[in-house]
Amino acid sequence: MSHGNMNLTLKVWKQKNKDSKGKFETYDAKGISPDMSFLEMFDVVNEQLISSGKEPIAFDHDCREGICGMCSMYINGRPHGPKQGVTTCQLHMRSFKDGDVIVVEPWRSAAFPVIKDLAVDRSSFDRIMAAGGFVSVNTGNAKDANNILIPKPDADEAFEAAACIGCGACVAACKNASAMLFVSAKVSQLALLPQGKIEARERVLNMVAQMDEEGFGNCTNTGACEAECPKSISLENIARMNREYLVSNALSKK
Amino acid sequence: MSKGFLKSSIGKKFVMGTTGLFLISFLVVHCFINALIFFNDGGLTFNIGAHFMAKNWLIRFGEIVLFAGLIIHMVQALVLTMDNKKSRPIGYEKIDGAANSSWYSRSMGLLGTLLLMFLIIHLAHFWVKSRFTGLPGEDANGHENLYAVMQETFKQLWVVILYCLSMISLSYHLLHGFQSAFQTLGLNHAKYTPLIKKAGVAFSIIVPLIFAAMPLAMHFGMIK
Repeated sequence: MSHGNMNLTLKVWKQKNKDSKGKFETYDAKGISPDMSFLEMFDVVNEQLISSGKEPIAFDHDCREGICGMCSMYINGRPHGPKQGVTTCQLHMRSFKDGDVIVVEPWRSAAFPVIKDLAVDRSSFDRIMAAGGFVSVNTGNAKDANNILIPKPDADEAFEAAACIGCGACVAACKNASAMLFVSAKVSQLALLPQGKIEARERVLNMVAQMDEEGFGNCTNTGACEAECPKSISLENIARMNREYLVSNALSKK
Repeated sequence: MSKGFLKSSIGKKFVMGTTGLFLISFLVVHCFINALIFFNDGGLTFNIGAHFMAKNWLIRFGEIVLFAGLIIHMVQALVLTMDNKKSRPIGYEKIDGAANSSWYSRSMGLLGTLLLMFLIIHLAHFWVKSRFTGLPGEDANGHENLYAVMQETFKQLWVVILYCLSMISLSYHLLHGFQSAFQTLGLNHAKYTPLIKKAGVAFSIIVPLIFAAMPLAMHFGMIK
């Protein structure tokens, strides 16, 4: 155990499965290096739990470099913890102090049911994507990309919206559990580009309809999503989606 | 407008935003006319304004639209709040709201409820008297003397305090609501949004300040 290691107390949500009632359990995390990531700290705690014959804490993770969007943890009252612009896996234990009590909860949303402990089912996002988060492309030879002219500012804006990793922190952060930042980022990244403009009208109507059906809440523009988003997706996307939706709805023939 | 628009999340927010902006437009008119008391001419000018507002048929019709707008704004807020509660059946143990949003943006329902309670008292003070139970006498111009009712009402210190506190609620409600309405309507632009936000802050401070100055000035005898 190197010098400067920390001893922490974790208060973690434990829940057997989707239908069971969960509760908080307290764990000691001893000898935690400040250089560890938050997930590595959980690995250490889980190893200790396993070796003493107890059940480890279930949590989602995959890439551990901030691009897959799996590590959904609500840490001390904030999604992905106290740092801005990072996911839980990119959060280092040096953000905490020796002796800290850390409360870790799963995302809370009717549309994100808990699978087990800290792992939630985010397939509602997949269904929103399937409702319209795509462009239809003809088969055959690929066209020369340079044939489609895109203004640089539009390309940049679309790229920034496309940085969304679908982690669900926006929903977790929102007091209304609204998914507007996620859906608007997906609507925007396509609506801003010529390939996506063709189906833009239908897309926004279908994606918003699916979002509502999944049971996400309504946006009250608090801006909590933007502040907590690990990819700093802008609220401008929500305004763009509102605009697209209102216009598409007004012009819809249905 | 297609079917189901008013039931969609964005449709409901559209209703909140448009009624909110409509109520803001009412505040402008209300504030201008009431500010006529600052002519300090014993309410003669103010009573001309009040007389016009009470007798003009277009204004009378507008009053019905205003009440309708207010009721829609309140009912829609209730519907949205209940929806949102359903979206998070199990809450968090620990929430650090201050880290990512302003307290007033998260408390629009509370601020709105305070404003509704104020509004009921406020209507009982002036609107009910001018519309139903009658005003005490006429001024030198022969107009109904609503100004005298104001003077009488603002003699009571608790009324002055209540009005001032309510204007603080109004200020915070507007501070979030003004710019939020534009965001909801999708009126967002790199060049104009910063201006809208600044105008919103100015409006949210200046208008409640002018309103609060009325009971204060009358109570402390700065206008007679």
